[in-house]
Amino acid sequence: MAADYAYVGLFLLVGILFVVFTIEVLSRLLRPSRPNPEKLSTYECGERPIGGSWIQFHVRYYLYALVYIVFAVETVFLFPWAVAFHRLGFFAFIEMMIFIAILLVGLAYAWKKGALEWV
Amino acid sequence: MSIELPVFYFLAAITIGAALIVVLGRNIVHCAFSLVLAFFGVAGLYVLLDAEFLAAVQVLIYVGGITILLLFAIMLTSRASGPGVRILNEQLGLSALIAGGLFFLLIYALWKGIPALAIKVPTQANVPTIGRVLMTSYVLPFEVASVLLLAALVGALILARKEKD
Repeated sequence: MAADYAYVGLFLLVGILFVVFTIEVLSRLLRPSRPNPEKLSTYECGERPIGGSWIQFHVRYYLYALVYIVFAVETVFLFPWAVAFHRLGFFAFIEMMIFIAILLVGLAYAWKKGALEWV
Repeated sequence: MSIELPVFYFLAAITIGAALIVVLGRNIVHCAFSLVLAFFGVAGLYVLLDAEFLAAVQVLIYVGGITILLLFAIMLTSRASGPGVRILNEQLGLSALIAGGLFFLLIYALWKGIPALAIKVPTQANVPTIGRVLMTSYVLPFEVASVLLLAALVGALILARKEKD
């Protein structure tokens, strides 16, 4: 079964080599190289960049990432359930609904606390 | 099946090399991105072990989720890295002891095996098998997992709220 994934590995390898070859080899041979400070500055939507790029982000971003992970884990549990569903019957459906309902409590809590609103 | 061995060594080299960069790198953002590579290497090892579902979970949760969380955590802190940052601190001896102990435990488990943890390895497609087992034998841990996720979510919300006030 792992042998089927040899194709995945092959595609991965070809994809990486393609990018490396075009950017590092082919493009280096073709492109003219005339850098100046204006060109080398960081692109910031056409504006002059101000300050460093490493600023302190708001905690809200972290909260969104956390909520994302919780529901990604939920989705991971949904996959094997969905694949085995036609053999499991009604009881498995109830079980999954309980699972989702418990997590919906969390979503409702987050919603009520205003964690999903951007201020 | 003889091709599996070089593939294993290749994946193991990627994983260990990336993990070394994670531990020894001086730019913490580079460390986080190197962690992505290490996770991908582990996913490849899972595929090699015929654990495709675990490999998919590894990519989805660890590469897609945990690393994003780590990067956000790095961006939340004010500048905590740079050329002069120390990668060792005064916990060196204790952590070396713990890591060494874990290493010998793993070596022992590899050598002797822990019979209580040995399980029957399913041979056919494992996603339906996992689904069936999860819904029948392990339904209680499955539901407890949702409570754990709920607790994580609520805990994160409370912590973030405290941060804001």
